[in-house]
Amino acid sequence: MHSPANTPVYERVRRNPKFQELVRQRSRLALVLSAVVLVGYYSFMMVVAFAPDLLHKPMSDGSVLSVGFPIGAGIIILSWLLTGVYSHFANGRFQDLTDEITRETLQ
Amino acid sequence: MTARRILLTAAAATLFALPALAAGDVGQLEKQPVNLSAIGMFLAFVVMTLGITYWAASRTRSTSDFYTAGGGITGFQNGLAIAGDYMSAATLLGLSSLVFAKGYDGFVYTISFFVGWPIILFLLAERLRNLGHFTFADIASYRLDQGKIRTFAAIGSLTVVCFYLIVQMVGAGQLIKLLFGLDYNVAVIVVGVLMVVYVTFGGMIATTWVQIIKAVLLLGAGVILCFLALSRFGFSLEAIATSAIASHKDGVKIMGPGTLLADPVSAVSLSLGLLFGTAALPHIMMRFFTVPNAREARKSVFYASGFIGFFFLIICVLGMAAITIVGTDPQFFEGGKVGGKLIGGGNMPVMHLAKALGGDLFLGFLSAVAFATILAVVSGLALAGASAIAHDLYARVIRKGEATEREEMRVSKIASLVLGVLAVVLGIAFEKQNVAFLVGLTFGVAASVNFPVLILSMYWKGLTTRGALAGGIAGLISAVTLVILSNAVWVVVLNNPKPIFPYEQPALFSMTLAFIVTIIVSKLDSSASARAERDAFEDQFVRSQTGIGAAAAAKH
Repeated sequence: MHSPANTPVYERVRRNPKFQELVRQRSRLALVLSAVVLVGYYSFMMVVAFAPDLLHKPMSDGSVLSVGFPIGAGIIILSWLLTGVYSHFANGRFQDLTDEITRETLQ
Repeated sequence: MTARRILLTAAAATLFALPALAAGDVGQLEKQPVNLSAIGMFLAFVVMTLGITYWAASRTRSTSDFYTAGGGITGFQNGLAIAGDYMSAATLLGLSSLVFAKGYDGFVYTISFFVGWPIILFLLAERLRNLGHFTFADIASYRLDQGKIRTFAAIGSLTVVCFYLIVQMVGAGQLIKLLFGLDYNVAVIVVGVLMVVYVTFGGMIATTWVQIIKAVLLLGAGVILCFLALSRFGFSLEAIATSAIASHKDGVKIMGPGTLLADPVSAVSLSLGLLFGTAALPHIMMRFFTVPNAREARKSVFYASGFIGFFFLIICVLGMAAITIVGTDPQFFEGGKVGGKLIGGGNMPVMHLAKALGGDLFLGFLSAVAFATILAVVSGLALAGASAIAHDLYARVIRKGEATEREEMRVSKIASLVLGVLAVVLGIAFEKQNVAFLVGLTFGVAASVNFPVLILSMYWKGLTTRGALAGGIAGLISAVTLVILSNAVWVVVLNNPKPIFPYEQPALFSMTLAFIVTIIVSKLDSSASARAERDAFEDQFVRSQTGIGAAAAAKH
């Protein structure tokens, strides 16, 4: 808030090659993981809307539980694990890089 | 109005409710006798939370303490609090009742509720923390016109807050009606009064700790209930399913997608609303400002989604188990007619399940926890609404940053009082609605009004004030209009024979419209201010990525 446009501090950060590196790598990770979640979820919703019979299939012969349940639970669990993947990298390598940039800029 | 007068007004409202509490509703009492253990446990929670509020009040000195607990909440604590905000009574009662009524369709609804979390983390969490100060409007107006965009963002937040308050109030009324045999209106008033007390005196510190305690209680209650349910069926999900198929009127059809989401347009619109609406709920966004830095913000989403996902899976097991245990037991149906109307209404299967499996004592415990849930969530909502009024509208727009902390605090407290009254009035007006669908509607408005301006201000250099305003207004008007024209309001509330808008969820149309209008108007905007706004993006981008400049904001 209230920061004047193009302040020298931010200009210095922008010129730091490490900043470009950070933005490129972290954005790529975020986009790939988002794509995995969104494609997975919308594929699932498309099956729900257009091919519901696929999800009615029993898990195995003689089972009444449909394959829809493990698939649905899988979407929830996988999405959560991906938040773990993102946090691991963003709070590890990328945070170190951010801290380095901040140090170099503010010294 | 002074703080003391607000306190007196709150006390007067409580006293006003007391005679009605004592008198009760005889008809209801006959159906549901007073459960002393439940009342005891609920009172214990109220006493404990009022104690926390007293403690928090002594620590709430600045506006930063009031809105964001001074940025002193850890990632794990915040994860629990976010999970608490999200595991509302609407999700506990609404989702389990959907699984109870519709089987697998309810599960699909549950999944749609969940998948917004990873997206929030990947695209929003760290930027929210790095750019935000007290409210979502801080971010939306970062490089745009303070007066216009702040006003608009605050109105967007308030609309969402009001919709969601209705959901919570309806849940509260039904729950207390079932538990205490009280009049619906009295229950709603009690919730409103307690909410105002927590928020006005304890601010974000009290709101957060009430939420954390409640989240732990709710997770604990869910696990115990799930364990009891599984033990009935020899710890076999297969056995629960077999029995559910035998008990449900739709038979084996409940094992897969059915009628609830049969229409693909409806399904996509619903999921868009839930997915992007989650990201734009003001009381959830506000939580990212309570942690000290982006690192803790990321951790909080990881913890929160773990708790929420786990809880949602439990809810589905409970819903399926209730199909047999509640659905075939005459004691839970009005007049003892199995398959007829459930006592307490359609949202009550999980409460009946608690009684069937754990007796009156456990029903009392779960009811107390569910009531606590409502109190905690409405407090978060009221705080989000109060910050939109006091911080955005009053301090920044009306007083143009000239208001003192004292003045801003006073306005925020008056605002929470007004929101309390509004919540009670709206809660009474919307008594007969299915709360889960109202949640869907809340999310639709959030996705169409708040989400486009939030995401574009962070990610698109070309966004201008004119574009954001035009798109936001298009989103607000279209979402609200479509909600009014849909079945939930047009038919159920306004008693028209047929809905004009055939879908439950407006997001597919209103959110798309908001994005298109925002982008077109921004592109056509060639004013000098628009150029300056585009130029300011680069600095905003550096701060959003690194947090440089944000650390100082958290300290004062």
